[in-house]
Amino acid sequence: MPDDLINSFMNGPDENGRFGIFGGRFVSETLMPLILQLEAEYERAKTDETFWAQMDDLWKNYVGRPSPLYFAERLTEELGGAKIYMKRDELNHTGAHKINNVLGQILLAMRMGKSRIIAETGAGQHGVATATVCARFGLKCVVYMGAHDVERQAPNVFRMRLLGAEVIPVTSGRGTLKDAMNDALRDWVTNVRDTFYCIGTVAGPHPYPAMVRDFQSIIGKETRWQLEEHEGKGRLPDTIIAAIGGGSNAMGLFFPFLDDASVRIIGVEAGGKGVDDRMEHCASLTGGRPGVLHGNRTYLLQDEDGQILEGYSISAGLDYPGIGPEHAWLHEIGRAEYVSITDAEALAAFQTCCRLEGIIPALEPSHALAHVIKIAPTLPADHIIVMNMCGRGDKDIFTVAKHLGFDMKI
Amino acid sequence: MTRIDQKFAQLRAEGRKGFVAYVMAGDPDYATSLEIVKGLPGAGVDIIELGMPFTDPMADGPTIQLAGQRALEGGQTLQKTLDMVTEFRKGDDTTPIVMMGYYNPIYSRGVDRFLADAVAAGIDGLIVVDLPPEEDSELCIPAQAAGLNFIRLATPTTDDARLPKVLQNTSGFVYYVSITGITGAAAPQAVDVAPDVARIKAATDLPVMVGFGISTPEAAEAICSVADGCIVGSAIVKLIGEGKSPAEVLAVVAGLAAGAHRA
Repeated sequence: MPDDLINSFMNGPDENGRFGIFGGRFVSETLMPLILQLEAEYERAKTDETFWAQMDDLWKNYVGRPSPLYFAERLTEELGGAKIYMKRDELNHTGAHKINNVLGQILLAMRMGKSRIIAETGAGQHGVATATVCARFGLKCVVYMGAHDVERQAPNVFRMRLLGAEVIPVTSGRGTLKDAMNDALRDWVTNVRDTFYCIGTVAGPHPYPAMVRDFQSIIGKETRWQLEEHEGKGRLPDTIIAAIGGGSNAMGLFFPFLDDASVRIIGVEAGGKGVDDRMEHCASLTGGRPGVLHGNRTYLLQDEDGQILEGYSISAGLDYPGIGPEHAWLHEIGRAEYVSITDAEALAAFQTCCRLEGIIPALEPSHALAHVIKIAPTLPADHIIVMNMCGRGDKDIFTVAKHLGFDMKI
Repeated sequence: MTRIDQKFAQLRAEGRKGFVAYVMAGDPDYATSLEIVKGLPGAGVDIIELGMPFTDPMADGPTIQLAGQRALEGGQTLQKTLDMVTEFRKGDDTTPIVMMGYYNPIYSRGVDRFLADAVAAGIDGLIVVDLPPEEDSELCIPAQAAGLNFIRLATPTTDDARLPKVLQNTSGFVYYVSITGITGAAAPQAVDVAPDVARIKAATDLPVMVGFGISTPEAAEAICSVADGCIVGSAIVKLIGEGKSPAEVLAVVAGLAAGAHRA
């Protein structure tokens, strides 16, 4: 049906890796041949049944997929409006959605004959997932992590080391996630022949945004059939909501629903201390403008001279001044809405979730949950919301304890 | 014909190799940086490469990263970098100036506005690290239309199949990155570089200049003996970072230039 194809939101990116004006391949020449090789290898793998059979086996037996789609009954009752479901990707092995993508990239790396894997990490979830899969396949793993994040996410640093990864604290720039990504790129340029860069989000040069999205789309695909099991054949969610740093868990939930016009799609950015000109937030779409960084054109937090600004969020996983290019495009064409939630709102949602559902969420999905809490009471009882519970909160209890004034003497 | 083309015509006529010196605009501050830049031609520099500071220089090693940070902390902006060239041109209308950096500050200013300002300031060429041939429509083609050279990097990973694509819209000269790595890293060996330079020269009439990792007059001489010239950045920028005076910096530059010109 050519009309449907023309009108589809699911055809991107184009052959130049663009979603509208966003995306692309803004990398140095040293990396360009490898990026083209990766694209070719991914195109081959995409249609290779043995690749997907291997993925399915690992997803099922190693990660524990499918993750449940859980009806949050008490939260729904408490809010007295829409019916709320949680996609429980925090129950995955390693405690977050990150491993969905890492598995795919590591299998690709092995197909390409690469023996050394590098990754950047913010909260440490992507680093842990990468270290885990590298241990599983006996690959050398090096993780770049901002010195500031090494400090605030100590348990994940230890996990990565237990798993055999080398964790390199990044002090260049300001020692944050974006600097970790810069240093990972510098490593890659230096060791391009034996090294594969396993990017943790739907950003970076083409084909990463599309490839990571495709691997994460398992989240939305499962959600489709699981909601039918709960609610009857053909029933789609009315609203789907996910938190966004780079945007991989959100893209994974959103992508399979892009062409379902009745499904309202909401991405939640980290509003930090408030989205205003103090720029103490990570809301790239709400508070940034288009620019080029880390291999792609997207919305960025930047000053008037095009210098990149540091984001700020209570959540290390959202603390990135950019956003995946496909989100930038969905924002511009209006297919998805993007809102922001402050630290304080996320903290409140974190506690509500613990108390009502017996689930300790990560601070990242607490942002999504905070928006659910905002809108659910205004919606009718037959309105179905699915939010992505993309990570568990064990890693965040120290941060939360500090904000709640609880002294954790251990 | 840009000043770069004229310079290479002159070098060829004199049978000399070219020496390119890189400094970061505004490092450690505008006035000191301008003083150093003004002194470069007198120290034997054939082409000046002026870095445009950026917060996220992905292809640069620690030395140039820190230089960019110093410049930004000192208040350097793209406008001030353009102003610096305008100021330089008042006393020197022949030494070519190439601006090197990353795309975002240019994109942020607006490509058309940037190109008009760059031409007006007296800039001759651009090296933009994160714009491979795949993104030529962004800046490369408009820049050449505006009369600027667009100098491309070729690297050890640029194989024979890809080389024509890299050379296609390149002008001025080809910048051969002698190692897989970042600026200021391991030193290249002339014996390793020679076959790659020969391979590129077989595919283009443009001069091939070699950079990355060259830090001594001896290394400059050795590399220049197998290429049309060489580019030194980190070794100069490091001195500025150590707080050396413009005179001290220029004395070292003169030594490097002499090394290159001995070849």
